[in-house]
Amino acid sequence: MIIGTLLSSPVETDLKITAIDGEKNLNIKLRQYGLFIGDQVRVLRLAPLGGPVLIEANGREIALGRGIAAKITVEAV
Amino acid sequence: MRFALIGQPNCGKSTLFNQVAGYKAETGNFHGTTVSFTESKVRVAGEVIHLVDLPGTYTLAGTNPAETETQSYLQSKQVDVIINVSDASHLAQGLDLTLELMALGRPMVLALNMMDEAKRIGLRVNGPGLAQELGIPVLPLIASKGQGVLSLFKAGLSLSRQTGPAYGKVQIPKEDALRHRLAGELAAKYVTQGERRLTWRDGLDELLLHPVWGYFFMAVILYIFFQVVYGIGSSIERPVLAAFNGWTDQLLQKVGMQTLWGELLFGLLQGISGGLAIALPYLVPFLFGLGLLEDIGYLPRIAFLMDGLMHRLGLHGKAIVPFILGYGCNIPAVMSTRILEERQDRFLAAALAVLVPCSARLAVVFGLVAFYLGPLWALIIYLFNILVIALMGRLLTLLLPEETPGLIMEMPVYRIPTGKTVFGKAWFRVREFLVEAWPLLIAGSLALALLTYFNISPALNWTLRPVTWLLGLPAETGVPLIFGVLRKELSLIMLRQALGGADFSAVLTSLQMLTFTVFVVFYIPCLPTLAALRRELGTRSMLIIAGFTLIVALTAALLTRGLGSLFL
Repeated sequence: MIIGTLLSSPVETDLKITAIDGEKNLNIKLRQYGLFIGDQVRVLRLAPLGGPVLIEANGREIALGRGIAAKITVEAV
Repeated sequence: MRFALIGQPNCGKSTLFNQVAGYKAETGNFHGTTVSFTESKVRVAGEVIHLVDLPGTYTLAGTNPAETETQSYLQSKQVDVIINVSDASHLAQGLDLTLELMALGRPMVLALNMMDEAKRIGLRVNGPGLAQELGIPVLPLIASKGQGVLSLFKAGLSLSRQTGPAYGKVQIPKEDALRHRLAGELAAKYVTQGERRLTWRDGLDELLLHPVWGYFFMAVILYIFFQVVYGIGSSIERPVLAAFNGWTDQLLQKVGMQTLWGELLFGLLQGISGGLAIALPYLVPFLFGLGLLEDIGYLPRIAFLMDGLMHRLGLHGKAIVPFILGYGCNIPAVMSTRILEERQDRFLAAALAVLVPCSARLAVVFGLVAFYLGPLWALIIYLFNILVIALMGRLLTLLLPEETPGLIMEMPVYRIPTGKTVFGKAWFRVREFLVEAWPLLIAGSLALALLTYFNISPALNWTLRPVTWLLGLPAETGVPLIFGVLRKELSLIMLRQALGGADFSAVLTSLQMLTFTVFVVFYIPCLPTLAALRRELGTRSMLIIAGFTLIVALTAALLTRGLGSLFL
């Protein structure tokens, strides 16, 4: 089982969120967008110039800034 | 009878609202907050229903004011029936909110919107099964086409006549994570994935979000956008302005110039024509085009592409919208900072967006610098402006306490917009200009008329002499600069009056024109923009931003005076 963050994960691979670092606030914010620990996600693409990571979760596409993506730990499914 | 519409962002809730509400809707605020909702009267089966469109929210348990206000409003007895709109193509998330709402124990109907979109991607939703398990009416809806709207409201009406909510046996967990799991289980049970039909929308992001082509298409799309807005605006501005000038001359001959009434009439007509001939011809196509880009789903793509660059300003991608808007008019730019969640981001975006030269300042740049010094100098001013904004972004980020947490943004699927929703959105925004900015513009023009009549100009020029002296400008430029705070393009019109001639090159040197224009581009936002700043951020922030722009303008103009003397 490979473990990394959303930022370091290869694109188009099925992943599962195992932990969300940082203050509790981030956890709440991600929940507001329907992202919970245990959800399956895929990285679709990375924006150029240090831009956000585009992920797909529960059939919905969400862009996450790199700082946030680096705080989300995932494992390969 | 009051129904409240609630749903997650991009669920099509406002589309439904616009379908039934027409254009008579009123925008209100929750008591003591800037969180706004829209309310309208709807007549269904002989009953008048007050329909309240609440702000889109992913959850009620959130921390931002919109969510807390929404929750307490729904719990109050003011609402008879909750209409929960959910995107049928993303039911798992939608049910998260549905379960949360059911925990409130109020009468409620679930509308599964975008059934056509769900079908397109091959989803089959078992609405009756879900209704039975949840114990609330579940109805299909295609709000963009108006299908299912009437039966939805009828279901709400019959529910309101029942006594007490008759929820099913479903137990709603109190904990977020458990509720999320239940929502997922329900979605899995009642939604089956059939064959997905691929359409043009699925491949579009390969091009529009491409690391190279994405920027190319963005430049092309924005270029066409501005060209169309400028084309429509200027083709309306000229004849309308000419007509107004004709009427003004005729009327003034009757009333007599140099009299108090003559001056006031002149000011009034100037204020009206300023809105009708100069602002609205650009603002309407601009807001219409923006609504179109928004409904297609392209704005979040721009935010995605620009996020990396915006980080260098201390902001994130969503803040690109106020900047794009700013080139048209700073008022909608300031209003659009609402889309940012953090107050610090809103302040920073607003402070920087008012430095973007709006179309009125464009008139000064073109009328003075491009006309007398050549278009290259106008381009240099624009590039210099972007450089200053970037520098100020960095500087302000250093001064502000917190680091911006970064972007979290949903990327909606591309949709074909419907005329009605785009018109509706444009109208709501135009109305804010009509109600808030235009009256100020007219009042400003009337104040100018009084200044002229009582001949206060010399005193004002003297008051502003320290500034004009510092910038190496003639004393007569003082009044145009004061008038420019009322309306930016007035600084050019008044400059002509103040200097008593049509040919600026006879009274101003090239360097003076350049310095004057740079100062006008940056200094204090116009009065209607200040009003918008005050509404969005409060009086204190408005004053800070006004002071900030003044310092930036003085520094930039002094720099221009110093550097320009090497070239001109």
